[in-house]
Amino acid sequence: MNIIVLVKQVPDTTEIKLDPKTGNLIREGIDSIMNPDDRHALEAAVSLKESMGGSVTAVSMGPPQAIDVITEAMGMGADRGILLSDRAFAGADTWATSLTLGRAMERIGDYDLIICGRQAIDGDTAQIGPQVADHLNIPHVSYVFGIDEITEDRLVVRRRLEDGFERIETLVPALLTVIGELNVPRYAVVGRLIEACGEKASIEIWNAADIGCKTDEIGLEGSLTHVIKTFAPKFKRQGEMLEGAAGESIGALLGKLRENRIL
Amino acid sequence: MTVWIDADLCNGCKRCLKACPYEGVEMRDGKAHILDRCTSCGACIETCKQEAILTDAKPREIPDFSDSKGVWVFAEQRGGVLHPVSLELLGKAGELAGSLNQEVSAILLGDGVVHLAETLIQHGADHVYPVEDSCLAQYRAIAYTKAFEHLIRRFNPNILLMGATHIGRDLAPRLSRRVAVGLTADCTELTIDPDEKILLQTRPAFGGNIMATIANRYSRPQMATVRPGVMERKEQAGKKGDIIRETLSMSEQDIKTKVLEIVREARKTGDLGKAKIIVAGGRGVGDVEGFKILEDLAEVLGGEVAGTRVAVEEGWIPADRQVGQTGQSVRPELYIACGISGAIQHRAGIANARYIVAINRDARAPIFQVADWGIVGDLHALVPEMIRQLEN
Repeated sequence: MNIIVLVKQVPDTTEIKLDPKTGNLIREGIDSIMNPDDRHALEAAVSLKESMGGSVTAVSMGPPQAIDVITEAMGMGADRGILLSDRAFAGADTWATSLTLGRAMERIGDYDLIICGRQAIDGDTAQIGPQVADHLNIPHVSYVFGIDEITEDRLVVRRRLEDGFERIETLVPALLTVIGELNVPRYAVVGRLIEACGEKASIEIWNAADIGCKTDEIGLEGSLTHVIKTFAPKFKRQGEMLEGAAGESIGALLGKLRENRIL
Repeated sequence: MTVWIDADLCNGCKRCLKACPYEGVEMRDGKAHILDRCTSCGACIETCKQEAILTDAKPREIPDFSDSKGVWVFAEQRGGVLHPVSLELLGKAGELAGSLNQEVSAILLGDGVVHLAETLIQHGADHVYPVEDSCLAQYRAIAYTKAFEHLIRRFNPNILLMGATHIGRDLAPRLSRRVAVGLTADCTELTIDPDEKILLQTRPAFGGNIMATIANRYSRPQMATVRPGVMERKEQAGKKGDIIRETLSMSEQDIKTKVLEIVREARKTGDLGKAKIIVAGGRGVGDVEGFKILEDLAEVLGGEVAGTRVAVEEGWIPADRQVGQTGQSVRPELYIACGISGAIQHRAGIANARYIVAINRDARAPIFQVADWGIVGDLHALVPEMIRQLEN
C-alpha cells in the first residue's frame, strides 16, 4: 500500500500571547511544530506500511524551514519526503493550497491512500483534506478515528460524529483526515533523524514549475478569499466585583441573579 | 509580484503598519520597511497618503456577479431531524438577504424529507429546494456535493451558508473546490459590506488569538460555515414560502462510499448548545473531585457541567463537555466560570452567554474582564456555599 501523508509546520498556538498594549500577536519566541493531528496521520500511515508493506511519502508545503517537519516525518518512519516550497506559493488560501497539493499528488502518482490531519491549529479550517480529494476525484472520509478493515481495493473506517460515529466503507484510492483519537503517535527515531539530515536522504524540494503550477493560479494571486482585516478579539462586559466573606459575596451574587430574573 | 517602499516618499505615518494583516511592515529609522512576512497582498498600498508603496502587481479585476442572487442555507438533517444550526443560519440569512434586497432559500437534501420544508419556511426561508433521492438518504460527501453542484450551476446563488458540524465541515470544502469558489470556515460574524455589497466573514485564527475578516471577491456563491450556537434563530410564524422540487439522476456507482452503520453513543448529559445554565470549571478545579462540586451546583440550578481544554486534557471531564475555540461555542442565560483563568480560546466560546459569573482565586485572571459579576476566592468554599444558600 503506497501512502502519502500531508504534514504542516505550524506555530504552537497554545503558546501565543498578545501584546497587552498593541493587541498584536507576539510571534517572536513561538516554536514551530508539526501540526498535532498530522502526527496521528503519520502514525496511521507508518503502521499500515509495517503491517501491509508499501511506502510512506510525507509531503508538506511551506517556507524552506518547513523542511524540519519533513525530517521529523522521516524520523517517524516515512520513506520519502517532499517539500513544496516556492515564494509563489505564499499567501495561499485553502483553494490555492489544495490546488498546489493536488498537483503534487498527481506528480507523485501511484498512491492508494492519502492521509492528513483533520485540521491545522493555526487555521482550524479542516478544508484541505476534502478539497484535495475532490481535486483528485477520489472519495474522502473526515474525522476518522478507527480503521476497521483494509484490503487492496477498499477500506472500512469509523468517522466521528458529534453524538456517536459512522462506519463507512470506501473504495481505494481514498483520502482520510484523522483525529487524535485514532492512535498514539510514535516518537522519531534518532538514527532515522540523523539519516534524514544526511546528504543521501530521499528528500526533494519541488517548486511551482516542478508541479506545473502557473503563478497566477497559486499563492495569494490564485486565492479566492483574502484577509482584509485582522484585530484582537473584543469581549465587552463590565465586571462588577462582589466582595466580603463567602456567605456575603454569594448572597450578593444570588441577589443579582434574582434581580435579573435568571433564578 | 513584490511590494516595496520608496524611502524618499515615506513620511513615517505608520498607516501601512496598521493596514497590514500579516504584520509584514515595520519601522526602521522612521521609515516603513517591508519584512519577509509580506505576502504581497497589497492591503497597505491604498492606505499610503504619500503613494510611497509601490508594486509590480497588476490590479486583479473583480468579475461582475450581479446575476448571482439569493442567500442559501444548507438545511442539514439527520434521519429526518433538522439540525438546530440550520434554523440559526436561516435567522442570519434573513438579515443578510434584507441588506441585499434578496431572498432566502433553504436547500434540503435527503429521502422523504420534504415535510421539513414548513419548519424551514417558519424560520425564514422564502423558498425551499428539496432534492430527494435514495442516494441522498444518508449524508455522503460525493452524493451531496453532486446535488449541490447541480443546484448551484442551475440557480447561481450569491451566498451559501452551512453549519460547521461534522457534516458541514466535510461537505463545504469538497463542494467549494468542485464549483471553484472560496470558503471561510467557522465564522462568528457575517455582515454585508455597505459599499461593495459583499459578504464580510469574520472568524478566529491562530487558536482564537486573533480575529480575521475575510472577503470572497472573485467567486460566487460566497461560502461560509458557522458553528452551532453562534447565530440566533428567528421564528416567523405564519410566514409563507414555496417549495421547488428538483430531481437529478444519481447512481450508486458514482458515490464510492457506503454508510455501513450509524451508531449513537448515549449521552448521560444534556446538550451544552441548548443549556440555559452552564457551570464550567478549569485548571483551578484541581481534580475530578472538584468537578463533583460543580456537578452538584449544576444539579441544583438545573444546568449542565462543562470545562476548559485543560480540564479535558487532564481527564476531569469528557471531550464533548469542552467549551471554547477548540470545543463548543455556547449561549446560555448564565455561565458560571469556576477556577477558569479565561484564556482567549475559552473566552471566544462564551462570548454569546447572556450573563457570566467568574469565581477565581487570582484577582488578575482575565476571566474577570469578561464577567458580569466576579468573586475573588476559592471555589471549593464558594461553590458549596452557593449550593447551601440555593437549597435554603
